Amino acid sequence: MRARVFVTLKPSVFDPQGKTIQDALHTLGYAGVHDVRQGKYFELDLAAGSADAARALAAEVADKLLANPVIESYRIEVE
Amino acid sequence: MSRYDQATLERHGLSPEEYGRICEMLGREPNLTELGMFSVMWSEHCSYKSSRVHLRTLPTGGPQVLQGPGENAGAIDIGDGLAAVFKIESHNHPSFIEPYQGAATGVGGIIRDIFTMGARPVALLNSLRFGPLTAPLARRIMEGVVAGIGGYGNSIGIPTVGGEIAFEPTYAGNPLVNVFCLGIARHEEIVKGIATGVGNPVYYVGAKTGRDGIHGATMASAEFDDKSAEKRPAVQVGDPFMEKLLLEACLEVMKSDALVGIQDMGAAGLTCSTSEMGSRGSAGIDIDVSRVPQRETGMTPYEIMLSESQERMLLVAKRGREAEVERIFEKWDLHAERIGEVTDDGLLRVRDHGTVVAEIPDRALTDEAPVYHRPMERPRYLDEVQTLDPSALPAGPAPGEVLLALLGSPAIASKQWVYRQYDHLVRADTLVLPGMGAGVIRVKGTSRALAMSVDGNGRYGYLDPYQGAVLAVAEAARNVACAGARPLGATNCLNFGNPERPAIMWQFARAVEGIGAACRALDVPITGGNVSLYNETDGQAIYPTPVIGVVGVLAQADRVLGRAFRAGGDAIVLLGEGRGEIGGSEYLKTVHGLVRGLPPALDLGRERALQDLLVALAADRLVQSAHDCSDGGLAVAVAECAFGTSLGAEIAVPEVALPGAAPALACAAALFGESASRVVLSVAPASVSAVLARAAAAGVPSRVIGRTGGDRLRMAVGAETILDVALAEAERVWQTALDACFARRVA
Repeated sequence: MRARVFVTLKPSVFDPQGKTIQDALHTLGYAGVHDVRQGKYFELDLAAGSADAARALAAEVADKLLANPVIESYRIEVE
Repeated sequence: MSRYDQATLERHGLSPEEYGRICEMLGREPNLTELGMFSVMWSEHCSYKSSRVHLRTLPTGGPQVLQGPGENAGAIDIGDGLAAVFKIESHNHPSFIEPYQGAATGVGGIIRDIFTMGARPVALLNSLRFGPLTAPLARRIMEGVVAGIGGYGNSIGIPTVGGEIAFEPTYAGNPLVNVFCLGIARHEEIVKGIATGVGNPVYYVGAKTGRDGIHGATMASAEFDDKSAEKRPAVQVGDPFMEKLLLEACLEVMKSDALVGIQDMGAAGLTCSTSEMGSRGSAGIDIDVSRVPQRETGMTPYEIMLSESQERMLLVAKRGREAEVERIFEKWDLHAERIGEVTDDGLLRVRDHGTVVAEIPDRALTDEAPVYHRPMERPRYLDEVQTLDPSALPAGPAPGEVLLALLGSPAIASKQWVYRQYDHLVRADTLVLPGMGAGVIRVKGTSRALAMSVDGNGRYGYLDPYQGAVLAVAEAARNVACAGARPLGATNCLNFGNPERPAIMWQFARAVEGIGAACRALDVPITGGNVSLYNETDGQAIYPTPVIGVVGVLAQADRVLGRAFRAGGDAIVLLGEGRGEIGGSEYLKTVHGLVRGLPPALDLGRERALQDLLVALAADRLVQSAHDCSDGGLAVAVAECAFGTSLGAEIAVPEVALPGAAPALACAAALFGESASRVVLSVAPASVSAVLARAAAAGVPSRVIGRTGGDRLRMAVGAETILDVALAEAERVWQTALDACFARRVA
């Protein structure tokens, strides 16, 4: 099974990197880009019997390592 | 009947009595926004309500003091019309919750305090305490904290020139992260955090306001328990590049004379900066939160007033000079937003789209915050831990093994793993590298240099809070004097447990007395600092840990002394006397697994004489190197002087009397005891008689104890050589111990 994990900063946490990208876009003339929040993306190849089991495993590794639960949250997609 | 229930007040950290006082001051019940503002300003962190009565007893004046406590940072005169502006601050609680960002924003906060005074920050130091590195949590916290300090300090281009690190189980659930920053300004450039002049515009500059760190100040004043993991509020994330722009823009605005006052937004954010600036200027401030730049949508006035988003400043400009101020900030890609103006009614008035949502006399939030004379009681544990019977201790391993064990203990081992992550050379003024004693930087455009050191010893504080504080002040000043600099001023960071416990309050009061006595005797007034209370986890308080930063000046930068030996065949001279004191020592802890006994005695008069002597010897170029004896005593000090030089050492020291102890233990006490007021010098043969004569004239005990050279560390107590190890082996142990703790463990 494959799982994709999207890790992003929690909504209230300041994202200096996203802000810098946004500023750079404005400098390039993309005034229509109002806000940028950046994050991390993981593709996991998992030994799991079912989609639920894969999701549970992905969530466990996300909690333990991929995301910093104090400032980040994550979303999982399984296929 | 109050409009708030008990739970709401508790969540705001306010007691029923305090709530009653708020109602009395306002003549009515506060609304929720006002309640939040009182809550943060009356928190221990902002109000110093438990500590203030004690801090008032500290010496804060002197001809060299340009700015004492009460401003964003203190300032001392360093000659040539220049001032050193410096302060130390804690970021303990945030660093436990999110080590990297907690430490990084701690660095950002203290840097803002310094440039807010009109000084250009030029050096950083830090004092860190963690649990033993055998625990994965302690390693994770330390890795994050060190990376965070490096990440922020390196990015903004301010060198981290030194510091100290200690490890004790007491800090496992409550690390200490104390950061020190020093800046330089011309006397007339010093700016204050004051709001005056009715109608003058109030500006907000810097990062936008988000919901980060709301109730950070109240969090810093609460103990951790298991549930705090869930309650974790959104942590502040720092942006050093934004701070660099703020720094340059603020310094430029200050030069323009269009500025009245300025203050950074740290703990308690907009509430703290507006009320403190207003109250210092005996003025009022009227702001509209709808004009505050916001990062998130739907923020309430409560959230905007309490947010602790980083890299924000509040400033008051002169009326009619608005365009000038705005232009300077635009130049630095920053936007100065006019959010209100100064009034004469002494009220902090907060509006939302014109409607008044809070109105509080600013003195009610600041000067009139509660002050408590909390009950104190000598803790009962002291009688037990202060007893130490040397006759009951085993002889212990051979002295050579002890030396290697001490050199390999994380407290003493080389901290290169840490400071190689810091840029310590940026700005090109660093004269003494980290890990070599006090940090020393040149003062550009002058012949002068500044030396600075931060020191503390939690074990000493635990065994005797008064003596621990005296020893901390003395060590910090001694380190500065060892560099050849005259100590001029100090800043303190007082890390303690819950002040509502009489035993903790007693520790605090005794430590402050000790700091006061030592600062008076050594003429290093306290110019500011920070108090961090409630350092507890599950009801267990940390060791009482006062950390002292001392700053001194060298009139001639080229007279600076390092700790390393310079030439073979030089005499090794010991200033001061060893009395074999092992109470609270690293030796007792590492070899015997004990934290007991009384900390070393210290005669403040003798300490002063020693420091004066060191400064004079350096100025007259009579010594080659100087290093103070601290953790691990004389043997470790001599070894440290030899490291990095390929010069061994051979010394002989007199026996010490340790009644009832096995002879081997008495020998160990002579080598590893931590008697205070001792310094190891290396002196060229031609200067030895002059050095001894100067010491005698100054009333400082001195003797030649050996000679540099060879490739071994050889030490005798009395007539017998009891320690003989290869320098290379000792250095390898010392050099690699910390690396080994962090080495990747391959399964």
